[in-house]
Amino acid sequence: MSSITSISALDVPRIKSDFPVFEELFGGRELAYLDSANSSQKPRQVLEGITEFYEHSYANVHRAVYELGERATAGYEGAREKTRAFLGADSTREIIFTRNGTEAINLVAHAWGLSELGPGDVVVSTVLEHHSNFVPWQYVAKRTGAEFAVIGADDNGELDLEQLDAIAGRGRVRIVAFGLISNSIGTVNPVEALVGWAREHGAVTVVDGCQAAPHRSLDVGSLGVDFLALTGHKMLAPSGIGVLWGRQALLNSMEPFNLGGEMIRSVTIEESTWNELPNKFEAGTPPIAQAYGLGLAIDYLTGIGLERIEAHEHDLTTYAMESLADAEGVSVLGPPAERRGGIVSFTLDSAHPHDVAQILDSHGVAVRAGHHCTQPAMDHFGIPATTRASFYLYNTRTDVDRLVEALADVRATFA
Amino acid sequence: MSDLYRELILDHYKNPRNHGELDPCDAHAQGQNPLCGDDIAISMNFSGDDVSEVRFTGRGCAISQAAASMLMELVEGRSVTELAELPKEELLDEIGVPLEKNPARLKCALLSLGVLKLALHRAKGTPLPEEWVGFEER
Repeated sequence: MSSITSISALDVPRIKSDFPVFEELFGGRELAYLDSANSSQKPRQVLEGITEFYEHSYANVHRAVYELGERATAGYEGAREKTRAFLGADSTREIIFTRNGTEAINLVAHAWGLSELGPGDVVVSTVLEHHSNFVPWQYVAKRTGAEFAVIGADDNGELDLEQLDAIAGRGRVRIVAFGLISNSIGTVNPVEALVGWAREHGAVTVVDGCQAAPHRSLDVGSLGVDFLALTGHKMLAPSGIGVLWGRQALLNSMEPFNLGGEMIRSVTIEESTWNELPNKFEAGTPPIAQAYGLGLAIDYLTGIGLERIEAHEHDLTTYAMESLADAEGVSVLGPPAERRGGIVSFTLDSAHPHDVAQILDSHGVAVRAGHHCTQPAMDHFGIPATTRASFYLYNTRTDVDRLVEALADVRATFA
Repeated sequence: MSDLYRELILDHYKNPRNHGELDPCDAHAQGQNPLCGDDIAISMNFSGDDVSEVRFTGRGCAISQAAASMLMELVEGRSVTELAELPKEELLDEIGVPLEKNPARLKCALLSLGVLKLALHRAKGTPLPEEWVGFEER
């Protein structure tokens, strides 16, 4: 955990001025955008950079022999190098561009899971997972005859590691799938313990980094995981671009996922052979400008500094939890601020989350209401849905104050 | 405050009409809105071709539950044939708040009508019109 005192505070007004969306008024007020865990807003540097790329450097990649094509390839591959450095990976061969985080996980589930798993094997996910790192494993286990096991959680929404022994007793543990940070309640999961346990059993770890990569510095080497998935749209980049990082030996041993152009070495009527990494897993024309945009987003984030962003969000989260603790009728789910990301999920005694979100919207406060694609986690808490506020580099304590004020209006409406 | 939550909606939400379950009953159906988990169950008894009694239970947002309660008032005493064809505009007029710009909430508002249609067409043995397919039972 980084120390807040040694890190200089973010200049939020200046950061905000990079985001055109904050120039528009919502409900007559500046937007209090508290839904970045769902998708982030985009800064000018990304938006204008993509437009410029389309205007001056766009063609298909890897095949055009004219200058424009070379510029496009340089832009696309440049983004791969930026992503490699961002994740501390050894080689750009380990950086696979996908459509989003969901596709990155599905790639592993299909290309590794379907051919490696079978009866007697145990595929492990957690009760806190986003459906994208839960449903593919449930499905692949069913398809292959492997057993699907789920690590439960305690009342705080923290994984119950005491269940690990019992899970290991059910067979040969092959996959351990978990997120770095829970998207619905914000829990920071114990990576070290889970990776250690997985290694002990020779299992492969498939880690959802979608809620962590935009907000804190990640290094795949020190995390010790085998696969890491992330998505661009939650980290200031456009939608339509995701990343799968994987260990080269594993990626090399895997069957392809999507088949077609670009991913082949040669094709004859009799058979086809596969291209080298990363092309083997990038069939068809990739999301070129979106990848380029991800590179620009990484430039923007690293220019500010992930440690500073993390510290800023930690301050907002702590402040929000203190403010909501005093707000009447509000129950916050999940662990204390020290063990969570910039996500605060809560219920209100008198109103359904959808009604809460609707009334907050009329105050210019944007939050997410629903099960957040984590139905098993909602079932764990015995509730159908929550209202979720999530923070990013452009949020302020004023946004939190406005949330709390608007919640008082919700309560008054439903009193 | 949002104009969605006018007095009448809140009144129906807090004091739902015809709340409960008929057991035994002549027609029954249950449906969910998979997007947000709203859930409505409707049970009815018939007298001849008319709906003589109707009740609902459910959980979910104020719009879905208030709309179900308002629907109850539209249903009682009318014929099964007429109700099976009941246009959604009739319920939306009753709700009386602007939902056109808000397709997600429109689904909340129409869940109960979809469940009613499912129950009626099932009882009559007629196919559910296409526009109402999708409120699947769990």
